[in-house]
Amino acid sequence: MVDTKTPPDATADGPTGPAGSRAGKASASRKGSNRAWATAASGRTAGLLVSPTLLVLTVVVLYPTIMAFRESLYGVKGLDPKTGFISDTEPYVGLKNYADIFGDAGDRFWNAFWNTTFFTVTTVALETLIGVAMALIMHKAFKGRALIRAGILIPWAVPTAISGLLWRWIFNSDGIANALIGHQVLWTTEGFHAKAAVIIAEVWKTSPFIGLLVLAGLQVIPKEVYEAARLDGAGPLAQFWRITLPLVKPALLVAVLFRCLDALRMFDLPYILIGAQKNSVETLSMLAQNEASNVRFGPAAAYAVLLFFYVFLIALGFVRLLGADVVGDTGGPRTPQRTRRLRRTVANRAEVPA
Amino acid sequence: MNARTTRVLQCSAVLVAAGLVLTACGSSGGSSSSGQSKSPSFTGRGPITYAAAKDSSGVVQKVIDSWNTQHPKEKVTFVQLPADVNQQRQQMIQNAETKSDAYTVLSMDVVWTSEFAAHQWIDQLPAARFPLDKMLKPTVETAKYRGNLYAVPAASDGGVLYYRTDLLKKAGISAAPTTWAEMKADCAKVKQLPEAKGMSCYAGQFEKYEGLTVNFAEAVNSAGGVITDAGGKPDVDTPAAKKGLDFLVDSFKDGTIPKEAITYQEEEGRQAFQSGKLIFLRNWPYVYSLAQKSKVAGKFAVAPLPGLTGPGSSSLGGHNVALSSFAKNKATALDFMKFFTSETSASTFLKDASLAPPYESLYDDAALVKQYPYLPVLKKSILGAVPRPRVVQYGDASSAVQQEAYAALTGDKSSAQALKDLQSDLQKSAAQ
Repeated sequence: MVDTKTPPDATADGPTGPAGSRAGKASASRKGSNRAWATAASGRTAGLLVSPTLLVLTVVVLYPTIMAFRESLYGVKGLDPKTGFISDTEPYVGLKNYADIFGDAGDRFWNAFWNTTFFTVTTVALETLIGVAMALIMHKAFKGRALIRAGILIPWAVPTAISGLLWRWIFNSDGIANALIGHQVLWTTEGFHAKAAVIIAEVWKTSPFIGLLVLAGLQVIPKEVYEAARLDGAGPLAQFWRITLPLVKPALLVAVLFRCLDALRMFDLPYILIGAQKNSVETLSMLAQNEASNVRFGPAAAYAVLLFFYVFLIALGFVRLLGADVVGDTGGPRTPQRTRRLRRTVANRAEVPA
Repeated sequence: MNARTTRVLQCSAVLVAAGLVLTACGSSGGSSSSGQSKSPSFTGRGPITYAAAKDSSGVVQKVIDSWNTQHPKEKVTFVQLPADVNQQRQQMIQNAETKSDAYTVLSMDVVWTSEFAAHQWIDQLPAARFPLDKMLKPTVETAKYRGNLYAVPAASDGGVLYYRTDLLKKAGISAAPTTWAEMKADCAKVKQLPEAKGMSCYAGQFEKYEGLTVNFAEAVNSAGGVITDAGGKPDVDTPAAKKGLDFLVDSFKDGTIPKEAITYQEEEGRQAFQSGKLIFLRNWPYVYSLAQKSKVAGKFAVAPLPGLTGPGSSSLGGHNVALSSFAKNKATALDFMKFFTSETSASTFLKDASLAPPYESLYDDAALVKQYPYLPVLKKSILGAVPRPRVVQYGDASSAVQQEAYAALTGDKSSAQALKDLQSDLQKSAAQ
């Protein structure tokens, strides 16, 4: 696994150089054994084998996406003032629902957009720091390690709705948070403190996720690398910056990507902890849900589609980042074998949180 | 882009799309509801369903069981919906949007009538078939849309003022206050007492949710203002409405209402009252029996809500039953609705689950008054109650009220500005 991820700087630097090339050689011997496998016939078989998956994906992913997009082109049913009844059909309004976000009604959208972005940036940054620290602790061999590991993972195991309720009690006006700081802050009211409450609860809950994925990454770093580094006189800090971090980077990036995607569609925590329709914490998902619950499916679908593109762009950015940083050999020729190897790596990582 | 990136891209695209499905599933299948008959005919007999919130007291099943034994061929099945009111509404709307006949009789919050009627999700009902003249008039009003009956009151509810009789008595006050000024004066006296140290005067429900709409509407109505006029048009930017809102805003400023009450829903207020932190509390009748088991047991009583110049007006709570337009066996359904909303059933609901009945006579029943001493006060409260705005886009109207009232209470806006903005918001939402 390590071979495909050896970063360029690792080979350039003194202490890690030998380790990098050694791992590289190990993989080279395996390389090419499967090359003849990818013939046209087997390609057809492969296509046939994945077709059920594709079919399921079409039904559960593609179709709803297209339907949501179609729905976003329709407006709100009008009320006939004479009869007092709502009309039966939704008017086709084209891209008006999208254009509206640049008009008066857009304030709420942009507020939700910035909230979403703000939450994503702050929570993911904090979670990464704390998560890596947790992973380093969990990775160390010491007495009571199993207990610490289980303890760190508990927040992640608690359903978000439940942790929202728990934190609601903590941030209650007579709650323990106020007792600890010795000053009454009404956390669930509008204002920056509401954002802070969400960030604290979210970081508490999801840092273990990053910790878990990084731990998986740490465990595949061979001990010899560290031995070699120690022989070359590298201190703990140098080992962390020059070995641990570069080698765990692919795992970390995948973890951060997942967290970003997750944070961008944040809904339940602010909804339960702070409450619906609070401008300070309203995210795009909450806005779309609110519109849908007021029977305005067109605008709701438009917001959902915009969120989709936003998430998609972020994901795309990350993948570019992954492609550039992880592989680090954009100029060189690529073999299908190595590509598959990385796929598998990513897929393995993906299984961990599920 | 190289192959491995593409693959990762696909991976993440799938994830992203899966996320979208979650967000979008509420939005697909929206455009439906085509031609349906305007004049309902109540035909067909057979099994039907009754969709309502999960009932922890078991009384709903008890009433349904007694119907089922009398009508073995027209059995009613109780479909339990989530306890959360918004989720109940959501499920009923989904049921209507897909024109499903899964729900026959719907238990609806009193504020949903206009929306459901305007969308033709529920049928207009023949008023002559129900004993509406025996019911409290404000409750019947909540069941109407544009003068036509679309639902039948099954249970009512009104806000009442809980107050600490022991403290008032010690301070030499014999009767509960009927105006806000009296209430503030009483508080000033009570707070002189050593045992009232650290207590706050008054609280209601001021968190940004439906309860704030209720409390705002009560303040405005109690000062002689309205949110929407008799024709359903917004008319909230008036001096009377301002006086109502100012009572709440000023009370927050001068400490009559404690600062943390901005986070209070019903339960937080009840707990504050029960733990002796409040002299006066606006809440629903359900608090009575719970407070009787707390440390303020025997030390409190209920009174009608105070107002600006005399007794105030409560908002109306409660539930109505309506008939889904897409249901089968509507003749049975109509009979069942009549049975379910009868005086006998209402008295069972009151005895077993302390649900306030829509029937006037039950409030004067000596045995019941003995069981629930607050009944006479509640009757007064409901008789003087004003329904919350009866508009089709109730959800929008209520959020607009919450938004502006909250801004005024937290001092983000002056009360005049909040009312002005609220008026224009309500007009915008009505124009849709």
